[in-house]
Amino acid sequence: MPRDGKGINNKELTMRSREQVLDELRQKISQAEHPRELVVDVMLALQEHYGYLSDQAVEQTASLLGMTLLEVEELATFYDFIYRQPVGRFVIRVCDSVVCWLEGGEPLAKHLQAKLGIPMGGTSSDGLFTLLPVCCIGYCDMAPAMLVNNRVYGNLTPERLDQILEELRGAHGAGKSQEQ
Amino acid sequence: MRDLPRVLLRNRKPDRITSLEEYRASGGYRALETTLRELSPQDVCGMVVDSGLQGRGGAGFPAGRKWMGVAQDGPHPRYIVANADEMEPGTFKDRVLIHADPHQVIEGMLLAGYAVGASKGIIFVRPAYGRMAEILEREIEAARQAGLVGNRILSSQFSMELVVHRSGGRYICGEGTAQINAIMGTRPQPRETPPRTTEKGLWDMPTVLHNVETLACVPHILLNGPDWFKGLAKSPTGAGTKLYCVSGKVQRPGCYELPMGTPLREILEHHAGGLRPGSRFKACLPGGASTRFLTPDCLEVEMDYESLRRAGHRLGTGAIIVFDQDTCLVRAALNLIRFFARESCGWCTPCREGLPFVQEILEQLEAGRGSMEQVEMLRSMADSLCNAFCPLAPGAAQPLESLLTCFRDELLEHVRLGRCPYGALERSP
Repeated sequence: MPRDGKGINNKELTMRSREQVLDELRQKISQAEHPRELVVDVMLALQEHYGYLSDQAVEQTASLLGMTLLEVEELATFYDFIYRQPVGRFVIRVCDSVVCWLEGGEPLAKHLQAKLGIPMGGTSSDGLFTLLPVCCIGYCDMAPAMLVNNRVYGNLTPERLDQILEELRGAHGAGKSQEQ
Repeated sequence: MRDLPRVLLRNRKPDRITSLEEYRASGGYRALETTLRELSPQDVCGMVVDSGLQGRGGAGFPAGRKWMGVAQDGPHPRYIVANADEMEPGTFKDRVLIHADPHQVIEGMLLAGYAVGASKGIIFVRPAYGRMAEILEREIEAARQAGLVGNRILSSQFSMELVVHRSGGRYICGEGTAQINAIMGTRPQPRETPPRTTEKGLWDMPTVLHNVETLACVPHILLNGPDWFKGLAKSPTGAGTKLYCVSGKVQRPGCYELPMGTPLREILEHHAGGLRPGSRFKACLPGGASTRFLTPDCLEVEMDYESLRRAGHRLGTGAIIVFDQDTCLVRAALNLIRFFARESCGWCTPCREGLPFVQEILEQLEAGRGSMEQVEMLRSMADSLCNAFCPLAPGAAQPLESLLTCFRDELLEHVRLGRCPYGALERSP
């Protein structure tokens, strides 16, 4: 569970609609021929709601789909885009496969780690950024490349990275003032 | 050079997706109309067999023969799965294809469904392609509104639903039987075959799984005939066009639609603009991470399945990754092995235990702490990786084996010098 103030606020804001989220999922599941087919969708929806796939979300996934906790857990820990631990508002995934490596992906990853003061797998103390490696994201014609949440950034340079981090911080600030 | 055929990417626009109207205006869905009106499922199968279309996902299995694998008296419902889980390093053609002209894939799925009697099609999309999943859902809905998807398509007796399945993200999900497990919500590890998925796939029902590029070829084959399709190729052993992805040390990395069997040299020098200034061709992977390093003496090879096989290589996904004289191939192989080790599903021992072991040896060699004994050990490891349950570890063995065979001197140089001859581990971009 996010321990910083921002994370808890977020959770409270979204808590109100938890029943709504579950209802929508129940509705969707009731129409499915094979409910278990939806397990990734359910995990992603609950992850979106809680910020990560919490223990509670694993229990809810299992109960919604009539699966055991173990059956959900073995999927949750298998997939790269399911987070069983809290992550930052922006999950930065730096491609470390062969083409990005060839085009200077390693120094870029180092640059990001230094800039954010976190190792790969870490989350910045302000709760904004989580850094993760990712295998080839299919943008080899724009290598080196990375994903931030679901958005792709290609043809990266250290200067461009600095600029992107600033943009993301700005977007976060703007989002926060809108919420208030 | 003769005019290049533009088939799969003929509607490609710089910044925009081809709409349903534009696709129809360019002849789209005419194959479906004609087929539903005039052809039997057997006719469709026959035409695809005759066209010589081979699976574009990597294995190159003849598409028509796969369809024939669905027994006519087999059970229903039957399924078509379009594999858009493009995760082979160096490969981005499916992204380009669907962002250019998504209805080609939709029409291809419907035609495949008609041919094998399927009533549902599922497009399996990786999470890094979130935008692609949205495009497909929107365009499937547009096709539904136009009576092209759903019940009694174009007022015929044929009905088929299409849905998008979002993956949670893992390389192994690209393997056909693992993808079947993934869709059903079970742990996506590969299954034993036989039975083939055409016999027992999703929920034990007949299931035909294709790469999206394969499916996109089908409307064109039915509209223009098998002979036309064969004639698109440049080599006698090829059929159709191919989306080649070129990346690495070339001037113009990108996705190029060219006649199947276009010589590698022509792809690199003519279409991808040659190597960058100061770069000389040292080696390439001709078809993604699961293929062997190809050396300069093979540059004249025609890039089709059969020609590459004869040259001791594989076309794979047609993703050409180019390395220059400054690239340390031990380091490149280490990167590839790390990828495979991380992506192993952990099910069988040669893969789960073997890949980290190979990784460790390569790390030591690259760091200058390797020995001759370890070089020989890599050789036996390359062999044992091929005993794995599914194609992941044997794929990983491909670049490793060619490193040992074609770049043995480079490996030995690491041992002799006690360091990497290419200097620092990282170079600035």
